[in-house]
Amino acid sequence: MQQSNGYVIGFAVAMTIILGGILSFTAVSLNAKQKEQVALDTKKQIMLSVVPEMSEASKTEIAKVYDKQIQVVDINGKAIDGAVLEKLDISKEWKKLKKGQDAVLPVYKFMSKDGKSVDSYILPMYGYGLWNDIWGYFALDADLVTVKGVVFSHKGETPGLGARIGDAQIQDRYKGKKIFNGGKFTPIVMVKGEGHTGLPSDEVDGMSGATLTANGLNEMVGRYLKAYEPFINKEKGTSAVSMAQ
Amino acid sequence: MSTETVAAKKSEALFSKRRKAIVTDPLDDDNPVTVQVLGICSALAVTSKLEPTLVMSIAVTFVVIFSNLIVSLLRNAIPQRIRIIVQLGIVASLVIIVDQVLKAYLYDVSKVVGVYVGLIITNCIVMGRLEAFAMANKPYDSILDGLGSSFGYAWVILVVAFFRELLGSGTLFDIRVLPEAYVNNGLMTSPVGAFILIGLIIWVQRWRNGYVEEA
Repeated sequence: MQQSNGYVIGFAVAMTIILGGILSFTAVSLNAKQKEQVALDTKKQIMLSVVPEMSEASKTEIAKVYDKQIQVVDINGKAIDGAVLEKLDISKEWKKLKKGQDAVLPVYKFMSKDGKSVDSYILPMYGYGLWNDIWGYFALDADLVTVKGVVFSHKGETPGLGARIGDAQIQDRYKGKKIFNGGKFTPIVMVKGEGHTGLPSDEVDGMSGATLTANGLNEMVGRYLKAYEPFINKEKGTSAVSMAQ
Repeated sequence: MSTETVAAKKSEALFSKRRKAIVTDPLDDDNPVTVQVLGICSALAVTSKLEPTLVMSIAVTFVVIFSNLIVSLLRNAIPQRIRIIVQLGIVASLVIIVDQVLKAYLYDVSKVVGVYVGLIITNCIVMGRLEAFAMANKPYDSILDGLGSSFGYAWVILVVAFFRELLGSGTLFDIRVLPEAYVNNGLMTSPVGAFILIGLIIWVQRWRNGYVEEA
């Protein structure tokens, strides 16, 4: 018995339908909760680029500060509509950017507690590492020259090698680096090899054994900083004017 | 087909000697990791910290027990010719459910172990138990077998993770235990450290049990 073709096909079809049903039910019922987790995690990543001391705080606490002190503007300095922002998928915008099409490039302004002045600017980034996607949040001080902090994350870089871009130890190397050198715009580059000292203000020490991930990282930082350059220059102009007054 | 089926004519005690052996054998004498040398890749990959290791252990336990149970329940209905596909389908569905639940409720852990949870599908321990045991035994025995095998896997990777986290980062469950002055052992954070530790466990175990590989 059991061996007739009809039985085998019938069994396979029934199994497919039952398992498919169970899986789609799980996916649909957990979807809202997962989206909420992703949103909280994004807020946490954004915030950690400017306030690393909150790394131990709970996500809801971080989200509170985020909601209070973050303003989102586009590359022209206009506030972005909440509805647009909710649908914004940086990975899709990245593809547009790569093709030279118009991409939505949001800037997260971290405001001071009284909400009057900008404490720092956070630029989201997206790119490709060695194996899979990488992304990050690149925070600049209010002077738009000095790097305040960065947060990088990845989907599938090699643990212990490329995955180190997610470690605070690597990210701390970017702190205090400058994206302008003698008035000239210079994206920050991670050098090859590890253990360098006395690097110039636009270079950071590399990750030994993960040169290809570092290349992807450099490509990402370079591409996005270049895309944000008009915004940076414009904001610098206005902040210089307001400072002079 | 396997002839492991034991005819239990009269009703057997819930924890008879044979059933106890089903649970305890994989913990030591027939351990899936150290004796059968299965599931090594995940043992290397997730054991750098205790927390993801614990989550991985729970996930594997869940998948092994439930896939064993389901396959055992269906063992007389599953057509022989497509049995591997049926088993894979069941295992894969369970793994996807685990992955989805982790993403919804333990997002940070799922970011660390996400890739490896997906790889439970190819964990030889799971498929091995289905083929060797669940296809030929009753549901209750299959649950016990799943329990034994997954605990056998879990204790080994938890021991490995304990030493890797302690020596590699000076912490346990991310809480600092060793003094700040301790210089972290980089070897332990890399997968090589896991290889060495598993090797040591196998060595100690074989020395204690006098186990010798059959030629």
